Amino acid sequence: MEIDVKVVGKIAELAKLTLTDAEKLKYAAQLEQILDYVHQLSQVDTSSVQPLSHVHEMTNVFRDDSFGESLAKEDVFKNAPERLGDYFRVPKVIKELNS
Amino acid sequence: MPVKLDSLTKRAESVVERVNQDNPYHAFLSVLPDVGDRALQIESKMQSQTSGSLGGLIVAVKDNISVRGIPTTCGSAILENYIPPYDATVVKKIVSADGLIIGKTNMDEFAMGSSTEHSAFGTVRNPVDETRVPGGSSGGSAAAVAGGLVDVALGSDTGGSIRQPAAFCGIAGIKPTYGRVSRYGLVAFASSLDQIGVFSKNIENAAKLLTVISGVDPDDSTSSNTPVPDYSAVLGKEIGGLRVGIPKEYLSEGLNDEIHRQIEKCIDFFRKSGAEIVPVSLPHTSYAIATYYIIATAEASSNLARYDGIRYGLSKRGGDLESVYRETRAEGFGDEVTRRIVLGTYVLSAGYYDAYYDKAQRVRRLIKEDFVKVFQQVDILFTPTTPTTAFPIGGKIEDPLAMYLSDVYTVPASLAGVPAISVPLGNASDNLPIGGQIIGNYFDEETILQVGHYIERNFSLI
Repeated sequence: MEIDVKVVGKIAELAKLTLTDAEKLKYAAQLEQILDYVHQLSQVDTSSVQPLSHVHEMTNVFRDDSFGESLAKEDVFKNAPERLGDYFRVPKVIKELNS
Repeated sequence: MPVKLDSLTKRAESVVERVNQDNPYHAFLSVLPDVGDRALQIESKMQSQTSGSLGGLIVAVKDNISVRGIPTTCGSAILENYIPPYDATVVKKIVSADGLIIGKTNMDEFAMGSSTEHSAFGTVRNPVDETRVPGGSSGGSAAAVAGGLVDVALGSDTGGSIRQPAAFCGIAGIKPTYGRVSRYGLVAFASSLDQIGVFSKNIENAAKLLTVISGVDPDDSTSSNTPVPDYSAVLGKEIGGLRVGIPKEYLSEGLNDEIHRQIEKCIDFFRKSGAEIVPVSLPHTSYAIATYYIIATAEASSNLARYDGIRYGLSKRGGDLESVYRETRAEGFGDEVTRRIVLGTYVLSAGYYDAYYDKAQRVRRLIKEDFVKVFQQVDILFTPTTPTTAFPIGGKIEDPLAMYLSDVYTVPASLAGVPAISVPLGNASDNLPIGGQIIGNYFDEETILQVGHYIERNFSLI
């Protein structure tokens, strides 16, 4: 089918994964095999069938517009890799003007 | 009934000691603190007959269900040091009903797998035969119950992750109707399929635990407000007049001969017990695995986008923001999870969405309609749980598609969202357990538990 190392590389970029060349080769072969299997769905005529995204087909479950308990700030930050005051710290995302 | 003083405490402390010493079957990933103290408290309530309905039961919890202050790793290196700041709703309910939670159980990473070989923290062994897999993804919970370490355990089932390990380990495992049990605090894999359920050696305790954890929860908008009956109340009833559907698609090519014979024997037992056997067809069954692996991986690729190394979990710092994302995910996710993220991202990507994801959602409706139609004719469906008994450790690890196909009989009920239970039907000639699957109509957990209980009490007698 259509899966090669280049396609896997593109997908890895979309999914924010760094893959080695060996991994790309392996996943390309395995994906091709899985997609070959999955291809049998094209035998099913679904032209008059609507997609089903939720078995009970519920929509718009609302709750009362009132405030309840929320987690303590200290509890939430306990797992933070890097913290700066009340913020999660990340590497600088703004580039220098002359760089 | 007089309760023997300190029996629960002694039992629980001895299990904790065994797990701390050599972790039998590699079933546990962590042990909770203060087990002895909590056991004593429950026992004193039992003495004064003020304990809740789970008083006296030792409980294990799959490691993708949050317990406040206790690591919840999902079997993944990316969450190795993650400690949830809150309890899952099911955990709160168990504690308030006086269930004694002693530890968190091993699992396939992010519940993706059918053998528990995909845990980042080591493979679980089947207590019946330690060279075999316990099934997956809830293999640790199944092994803990089958090996007698705990009375009951929580698992999660997305495509068979409770029923398949229950069958492989020779115990009961129930996946309730989609929406029956709150998933608040369950780490998401595929949100349109995930459901928390129960493992137990006997149906009585499974019914007790399911009664406690079921019900609507304002913290999970997909949970249902359908009233929760006392599931223990129906146990003991006969099955005369019950209409049992036998779908022909589940007894075809690929089914192990010994399992087939045992299923036929059980059908005969149903007939002799006064049930009406109805041959039925679920014509889209053969498309279930293909449909499942598109929908489940698509949802997983989206759900697992949250593991970015910013707010919690593993974080590979040093480079720019993009490299934090990429290096964290590359190091943190194992092979199977990476494969599914790649597959899921592919089927959702521009140009392929219609051919794969949209197509699978349409076929999913047809699969659901198969069940809706057949339940106008019958009360339950009876099928094998798995096409084979427990396979050897290492047997399918190199062949993802072969691993996926081991879920062929459990995936359809997941796609439709109907409840299903696997119950032990005895052993094959190599002593490995055989499981039978009873599938019920939406929110009719009562009937499948009732039939499971009837099998448990009477099937071995014929």
